[in-house]
Amino acid sequence: MDIFLQQLINGLTLGSVYAIVALGYTMVYGIIQLINFAHGEVVMVGAMVALSVISALTGAQIGLPPVVIVLAGIACAIPACMAIGYGMERIAYRPLRKAPRLAPLITAIGISIILQHVALLVFSRNPLSFPQIMPNPVFEIAGAHISAVQIAIIGGSVVVMAGLTFLVYRTRLGIAMRATSENVQVAGLMGVNIDRVISSTFVIGAALAAIAGVMIGTYYGIAHYTMGAMLGLKAFSAAVLGGIGNLAGAMLGGVLLGVVEAMGAGYIGEFTDLCQAPWIAGLMTERCADGGNFVLFGSNYQDVFAFLVLIAVLIFRPSGLLGERVSDRA
Amino acid sequence: MMRLFRGGKDSPVAARAAILLVGLALLVLPFALAQAGTAWVRITNLAILFALLALGLNIVVGFAGLLDLGYIAFYGVGAYCYALLASPHFGLHLPFWVILPIGAALACLFGVLLGAPTLKLRGDYLAIVTLGFGEIIRILLNNLAQPINITNGPQGITLIDPFRIAGFDFSKPERWFGLMVSGPIKYYYLLLVVLIVVMVVNVRLQDSRIGRAWVAIREDETAAQAMGINTRNVKLLAFAMGASFGGIAGGMFAAMQSFISPESFVLVESIMVLAMVVLGGMGNIWGVVLGAVLLSFVPELLRYTVEPMQKAIFGRTLVDPEVIRMLLFGLALVLMMLYRPAGLWPSRTRRRELAPAKR
Repeated sequence: MDIFLQQLINGLTLGSVYAIVALGYTMVYGIIQLINFAHGEVVMVGAMVALSVISALTGAQIGLPPVVIVLAGIACAIPACMAIGYGMERIAYRPLRKAPRLAPLITAIGISIILQHVALLVFSRNPLSFPQIMPNPVFEIAGAHISAVQIAIIGGSVVVMAGLTFLVYRTRLGIAMRATSENVQVAGLMGVNIDRVISSTFVIGAALAAIAGVMIGTYYGIAHYTMGAMLGLKAFSAAVLGGIGNLAGAMLGGVLLGVVEAMGAGYIGEFTDLCQAPWIAGLMTERCADGGNFVLFGSNYQDVFAFLVLIAVLIFRPSGLLGERVSDRA
Repeated sequence: MMRLFRGGKDSPVAARAAILLVGLALLVLPFALAQAGTAWVRITNLAILFALLALGLNIVVGFAGLLDLGYIAFYGVGAYCYALLASPHFGLHLPFWVILPIGAALACLFGVLLGAPTLKLRGDYLAIVTLGFGEIIRILLNNLAQPINITNGPQGITLIDPFRIAGFDFSKPERWFGLMVSGPIKYYYLLLVVLIVVMVVNVRLQDSRIGRAWVAIREDETAAQAMGINTRNVKLLAFAMGASFGGIAGGMFAAMQSFISPESFVLVESIMVLAMVVLGGMGNIWGVVLGAVLLSFVPELLRYTVEPMQKAIFGRTLVDPEVIRMLLFGLALVLMMLYRPAGLWPSRTRRRELAPAKR
């Protein structure tokens, strides 16, 4: 039981980060039907910037309280990512808005390679590690452990999601964004400044990515220039799982994917241990004797689950859990 | 061969002379390169190998317009198939003419397995799913060392047999007519022949009924369906054919390098092949080969120029040539899409589509 609860907590933590990244994918997709392939790299830049600022401030020994240092890291990462999000849209996507779908996807791949290697040049080839500046007390609930960082990540992501929901459903910009995602031309005729709405969508998505970057950086205690690709893919899978273009869907999909992944990693070894199956164990008595095992797939297959979920969703329910059935607008 | 040269109809004599000259140059090339170092012959071989890969991907991306971001997985399947069936790892040493078809068929099977459920998806979803598929294959290659050691994990497989035909060994240097012919040079000729065969196959495919169906699907899937094309099967065929070309190239890669590891089959490689197709001109066979050659040689040239230059100016290497190479790939993808979406050497159809209507 405690493994179950433990993996649930780990999954929820990871899932909240996925959810925030997935929001960035889903907002952009909802408005211009583009998979912003480089979004994962924005998360990476956020993590790298925040960690280097935090390391620098810690190393300077000015005597700032740790909370201020972390906040300063976030405060530097957000504008940096926003600038990247804006620049990316302006340079690589806006000129191609009317081009065939393949074109912006290919530029997005190009942008993500460029971002990765610029990050390699600016920061370092080696992983940046997160300095231990704050105590990270671990609490115990019913036999499972939850750390303060995990609580902060889950709590922070709830706040971020609430803020985004408010922005989209209660502000003028939010109304403009929803109008644009309904129909770009008509929204334009109604006086919505389309270019500005699309730019702000990218910028908001990038700000979310920065926050997610800080979260994942503190959670794993490490940031690396290649971390964005896999994270981005998983978050995209989460967005598709929830129904791409749907905000609540991205949140749900992110959390679900995190839990599926953690549970999968926790239990796959047990499920694929052939010694657990009596009729096979009988054939391999010498290997299975004395509690021996014959595990086909271990937890090192953790990364596979996101893709399996993605492929399964796309085959059985392409519109996702909460998505509406959309016609092919190619 | 004549069909490969479009200018052929206008002046046959000049065209024939040109073919003769190019052919002679290609025959002499490895010996000229060997003067600069065997490394350059190896680089040329890799360039041809990448041209083969790019031609395979071109069927999928260029002809049928399906963006495949996991293409390198098929290359990996072919390479591992060869490595497992012709190395001391399992103690199997089958001849290559047995393994290459197996590798191609296996890659083709994987292509169909991937394509069958996913090809009804819209293009951008397909791209992500193929990317995921590529990653799954890579993770499998890395982890299938336990509990039964199949792929030997990250260490890869070593001592893979070279190509051998009845005592003629492609990896051993030999003296022909007083000329020293090294292993890489032998492989060069083999690869060149394979490249020409694949190009001819591609040209014939392009003008065939299937090729026209692919282009029709790329241009407008709904219209193509209305014209009576079974879009699902035709798309599946593109996937399967692209995959089997990848499998063959993979087998040759394994034999040539005699060592493979999952390192060679990562996402970046998929993107590199895609960059070659895009740079050269999606859908144009000559353009794709040009793209492959350019993107294989420019980074090597950079390695030999940028590094000494940096050493001379700054006293040390500031920017790794590998990083410059990747930055160039990224820039090439972005700039090509922005300014020359049809590629450096666009196909005729693409040029016609993109040119403003004259009448």
